[in-house]
Amino acid sequence: MPKQSVPSIQDRVLKVIATSKHVPLESVHPDSTFESLTIDSLDRLNILFDLESEFDIEINDEDAKEVKDIREMIEGVTKLVEAKSASAPAE
Amino acid sequence: MNMRRVAITGVGVVSPLGLDADSFWQSLLAAKSGIGEIQSIDPAQIRFKYGAEIKNYIPEDHLDAKDASFMQRFAQFAVIAAEEAVAGASIEWTAALRESAAVVTGSCLGGRPIEEAGYWELFHNNRSRVHPLTIPLSMNNAGASHICMRFGVQGPAYTVSTACASSTHAIGQAFWMVRSGAAPMAIAGGSEAPFFLGSLKAWEAMRVISKDTCRPFSRERSGMVLGEGAAMLVLEPLDAALARGAHPLAEIVGFGMSADASHITQPVVTGPANAMRNALRDAGLAPEQIGYINAHGTATEANDRTETAAIRCVFDRHADRLAVSSTKSMHGHTLGASGALEAVASVFALKHGKLPPTANFLSPDPACDLDVIPNQAREAQVEACLSNSFAFGGLNAVLAFKSLP
Repeated sequence: MPKQSVPSIQDRVLKVIATSKHVPLESVHPDSTFESLTIDSLDRLNILFDLESEFDIEINDEDAKEVKDIREMIEGVTKLVEAKSASAPAE
Repeated sequence: MNMRRVAITGVGVVSPLGLDADSFWQSLLAAKSGIGEIQSIDPAQIRFKYGAEIKNYIPEDHLDAKDASFMQRFAQFAVIAAEEAVAGASIEWTAALRESAAVVTGSCLGGRPIEEAGYWELFHNNRSRVHPLTIPLSMNNAGASHICMRFGVQGPAYTVSTACASSTHAIGQAFWMVRSGAAPMAIAGGSEAPFFLGSLKAWEAMRVISKDTCRPFSRERSGMVLGEGAAMLVLEPLDAALARGAHPLAEIVGFGMSADASHITQPVVTGPANAMRNALRDAGLAPEQIGYINAHGTATEANDRTETAAIRCVFDRHADRLAVSSTKSMHGHTLGASGALEAVASVFALKHGKLPPTANFLSPDPACDLDVIPNQAREAQVEACLSNSFAFGGLNAVLAFKSLP
């Protein structure tokens, strides 16, 4: 079987945003701003909820408030995913 | 139509600040907060810690045990507050009064905990049945119905559910009925008991709950704090109240409503501003006559900044001469009951010549540059005041009260 490439955290975050906002994946970039994607406070709530499900993480309210754009969102999720795998018991 | 002046002759309160109107008021004046670590739900189950719960409440201390068993917590609160309001007004019940008096209550969540318990039985415990009184216990109008039964009131009675503005809409509608002569007297207010897991999880998901306490208009605020309770007011024509020797606390003079028609949760300036203008117009008051506003003041950034802008929009330069406070800093956001608790705070402010403070205030947010009475109640006899309620869904309601000599 051909080996499938594992999507990166960035790709998965972009896909979550595109799915949640009902916009084409091509329109969401790490450099996109919330404004350019017309992401309002409720959209942000939905995206945070979907990100928590996608990565099995918990995003703190206060940390979430600090996030100003998509790149910061990717960075924040990456940190939480890394922290989770660091604290996971060795198999 | 012959419009009658309408007085508030009795109030009743069940709150985290005390189980009667006087203890509620004394706590407000002392800037005492009813906010603490949530005890009714296992803290491990929720991400936030703080709420304004009513602690040490035993239904049987206030209600017959059998009556209490037919009511969920929110309906019990409604009846207990109504009992105090009616007793305080020294209402003399006659057959004619019972036949046409009105009851209008507000509640956002009603008795949903009994539904939640039923779902647990069905979906988790694989049982095939739920509590036989699930419907009458959970319905939002249970409070209104039990108040009617308690006093034998048979006139117009219903419940308004407009989220955080529910009881302000309820009191406003009751006021209009008494003013127009459609009802000779009304019991109006609201009640709420939101401390159950499904509700707390839903608020948690909204990400609007404070990490510590409720600090309206303060730069350090981090969101709202949920509270529970009830407040009821007795409304009757001023001339009839004076004729029977009652002691009116204040006059209710105006009611204004509006819809944002903009966003389901994000507030805008125009809706709240229109509701305040409509209340002033309904009351026949000039903006300069308002000396105090009991703000919606939830302590979310969106509300506090929008409400400040709306007040500036309506009052222009007078906004710098009136005082504004959010008593939610002490009793928490009791959702469908909040407008009623804040109406009682407004009525007492006029009656006693003292303005309740905004508690837990640390330092000013430049975007909320109003006189918010930080941390200390103030002696001030104002002529008239407003009480603001702006609901999720953009539904706004504002009451206007005037002091009586």
